[in-house]
Amino acid sequence: MIYFLLFYEFFKIGLFAIGGGLVTVPFLFDLADEYSWYSAKELTDMIAISESTPGPIGVNMATFAGFSVAGVWGGIIATLGLVTPSLIVIIIIARLMDKYSCNMRVHNILAGIRPAVLALILFAGIEIAKISITNLLSGLVLAILVVLIRFWKKSPIFYLCVSAILGIVLKL
Amino acid sequence: MVQLIKLLIIFFKIGLFTFGGGYAMLPLLKTEIVNKHGFLTEEELLDLYAIGQCTPGIIAINIATFIGYKQKGIKGAIFATLGMILPSLFIITLIAMVLRQYIHNRYMIYAFDGIRIGVVALIANIIYELWQKNVKFVSDKIIFIGAVLLLAVFNLGAIWIVIISALAALVLSELKRMKQK
Repeated sequence: MIYFLLFYEFFKIGLFAIGGGLVTVPFLFDLADEYSWYSAKELTDMIAISESTPGPIGVNMATFAGFSVAGVWGGIIATLGLVTPSLIVIIIIARLMDKYSCNMRVHNILAGIRPAVLALILFAGIEIAKISITNLLSGLVLAILVVLIRFWKKSPIFYLCVSAILGIVLKL
Repeated sequence: MVQLIKLLIIFFKIGLFTFGGGYAMLPLLKTEIVNKHGFLTEEELLDLYAIGQCTPGIIAINIATFIGYKQKGIKGAIFATLGMILPSLFIITLIAMVLRQYIHNRYMIYAFDGIRIGVVALIANIIYELWQKNVKFVSDKIIFIGAVLLLAVFNLGAIWIVIISALAALVLSELKRMKQK
């Protein structure tokens, strides 16, 4: 029964949380109010952990919240609930896209949105920079990494590992 | 089946190395999906972000579902999405069960602070690359600057940015067409 409720609640979050990053957070606070599955303080802890561990934040949050309610299966069911609306809606949209992507007007609109998406990416980057570039040293590391990435083409995974090591060695 | 497992592995890898939200995974998506496997062009990947931004669900999952569906239909969508969520399921469950105290470990915190700087550097690089290919005309610059202003001054949500820029793109392209006639 608790599994069904978890699936239903996280299905709703998947359906109404639109966008990326922390959009699921306000919904999770609502859940905390409604069911007292976890406290607001525990939720804050979950956000911090979800932000600093691998995986999209929204999925991490769902797994964490589900786990704290009903153990391993709770985590699995909550996460499946979260992604099910995406699966349904995106499959429908992908089908529609096949039909309309050759339309000149649709083509123009999509090409026109791309610069705006770049602006969104820029602001997402600035948000992360605000919390991570806190002093001269971290600024210097950023500058060196940017130059390295530009001229020494290695995979993003390689650079993420390098920056983790730099973080430990330099105590960033 | 081989193709489905491949999709699962690709997105498992992406999920495993995504620190943060959907935008943080863009550099990885570009390397894996565009450069290595050629599932999408760079332009199509950006379009996916616009679509993912306006459709229900978190953007990372929407993108995985979309790419999986394009490759292998409904089964592909399911396998790609599963790949994307499996790392979270494993890691978060493990942390919630046993590792909760280690997350506050000093060295873990240093490592994650470093990773965040790496994410910023990767995002800076990808903006540079995408700018060169996707901001060519005056109309593109107008939309970019407009979006930046809306974000910086009015603090509008991403979904509004996409909707407003779609309208602007429509108007600008119609104007351009009228001029050509």
